[in-house]
Amino acid sequence: MDWHQLMIITTAPDNVPIVIMLFLMPFYTWYGLKQSFANDRLIEKLEADPELAKTHHRKTQPWVKGWDSTVHVWPYLLKIEFLAAIIVTLILVVWSIFLDAPLEEPANPNLTMNPSKAPWYFLGLQEMLVYFDPWIAGVVLPGIILGGLMAIPYIDVNPRGNGYYTYKQRKFSIWMFFIGFLVLWLVLIVVGTFIRGPGWMWFWPGETWDHHRIVHELNRNLHEFFGIKDSEVLKAAGFGATVVGAYFAVGGFACDRLFRKFAPEMVKKQNVAQYATTIALTVMMFGLPIKMLLRLGFTVKYVMVTPWFNI
Amino acid sequence: MAETPTKPKFKLPSVAELKEGQIWKSIFRHKLDETPRNRSLAVLSNVFLHLHPAKINRDAVRYNYTWGMGGITFYLFLVLTITGVLLMFYYHPSKGQAYRDIMYIMHDVPFGNFTRNMHRWAAHSMIITTWLHMFRVFLTGSYKPPREFNWNIGVLLLLFTMLLSFTGYLLPDDQLGFWAVTVGTNMARATPVLGSEGPFGPQMGITAFNDVRFALLGGSIVDANALLRAYIWHCVAIPIIASVLMIVHFWRIRKDGAISGPAPVMIEQDLSGPVAKKA
Repeated sequence: MDWHQLMIITTAPDNVPIVIMLFLMPFYTWYGLKQSFANDRLIEKLEADPELAKTHHRKTQPWVKGWDSTVHVWPYLLKIEFLAAIIVTLILVVWSIFLDAPLEEPANPNLTMNPSKAPWYFLGLQEMLVYFDPWIAGVVLPGIILGGLMAIPYIDVNPRGNGYYTYKQRKFSIWMFFIGFLVLWLVLIVVGTFIRGPGWMWFWPGETWDHHRIVHELNRNLHEFFGIKDSEVLKAAGFGATVVGAYFAVGGFACDRLFRKFAPEMVKKQNVAQYATTIALTVMMFGLPIKMLLRLGFTVKYVMVTPWFNI
Repeated sequence: MAETPTKPKFKLPSVAELKEGQIWKSIFRHKLDETPRNRSLAVLSNVFLHLHPAKINRDAVRYNYTWGMGGITFYLFLVLTITGVLLMFYYHPSKGQAYRDIMYIMHDVPFGNFTRNMHRWAAHSMIITTWLHMFRVFLTGSYKPPREFNWNIGVLLLLFTMLLSFTGYLLPDDQLGFWAVTVGTNMARATPVLGSEGPFGPQMGITAFNDVRFALLGGSIVDANALLRAYIWHCVAIPIIASVLMIVHFWRIRKDGAISGPAPVMIEQDLSGPVAKKA
């Protein structure tokens, strides 16, 4: 166990934010879910007792008859905003006094940094480069992520949970978001930050970075597993296209079955475009961990190889 | 001999008298005693504060609901603007000089190192708070009608926050920024159709000298033009775009009832039967 190596990575000034994130994300996940479960209990109680529901103020926050439902912004909100600004400033001041922003040697195109890492918040994308070609990892997937995020309000047809924490009423969307954000996005960043070393090779936390490590690339394209040679361009491309097509077809079909079983109301309420978008985004999102598994577990390089692009 | 009337001696006005004076009244248009009317006027008659309504949901001021992340993100943007402008006074976006300017800021400019550090850490923090803000908005379903479009503005702001951070990375012109931007823009080379190494790029006549990457860098390598472009994007263009989006974002929040407060929970009976009376 090379504690020193781990220490270097963890205490690199630019890595401090991701270390902070490691504590903040679980905290806020817990904090949000705690309030969700509290609301869920209240919802259950009210659903069991419709008479109470008619008079209840329907929040977990305390309420006494006669209280105003609103308060003045001045001073009740502004004092909090002011306090928040002071606390944030204080944190920044202390942080800026004790930790210097990094500055490396002057830029030198002839001296490659190894590992050459993007800022931590882009390491998820950089880690995706291991599994996909740059046109997917760097251009198409970020586009799909942004487009998918923007599509969320238009494909989430569930009228419940509008403006309050709840888990029970929104299980499907919360699970999807947790998988996409907490599992995929943040785990990829953590891998990129803490695991990847020189040559973007896999070094477990505490393993010494070996700049001379040589890994024999055993990765093969999927069609080679089935006896199709790289030189058989058309056959390989056809095979790859079939596999990718089959993934979307089978994945889409599986999603359709699962959605009908576990989210029947969503299926009923969504129109064709909404339903197709939901399925497409789900299938593409799960494509990432599947490709990761193929690459890391089964040494598959490309699923589809064509003269113009590879997937 | 008639005595000439002596001029009254000048007396400093008291604060109470000042508050009755013309100067004070021209600046502050309402009284300060704690009446509901004055509390409302304090917000409504102030251009900065009137982004807020006079009154809000009593539970919205609790920290546990919003986590304050949206507001903190905006505050960090202000911190970054101020520290950024201070740094601009000492920085030339030209190859060679840029790195020397950073050294100058770090070692000679009074509070230069502190200012640079604060700019760096506020930038990192802003990314974190943006993500947490989106996380909270998602968990509370606050993107649901009527706020769908504002969520979209928010996604764009997320993109521009990350682009701001990324363009700033190159400015010190050190190895860290140079290689991060090299890795980043190399991906642009692989853009389908518009990148020189992307799918169908070469077939469309795209080369390293007319592709997306060339447009980003102002050249085919990360050099002086790239530094200038990163500087303009970072200090002028993206802040303007982000500010416009923020104006829309905040305006929409305001129109939808100001900072989000917990809504009364819905129960299944609301969806089927007549909507139960809400408190």
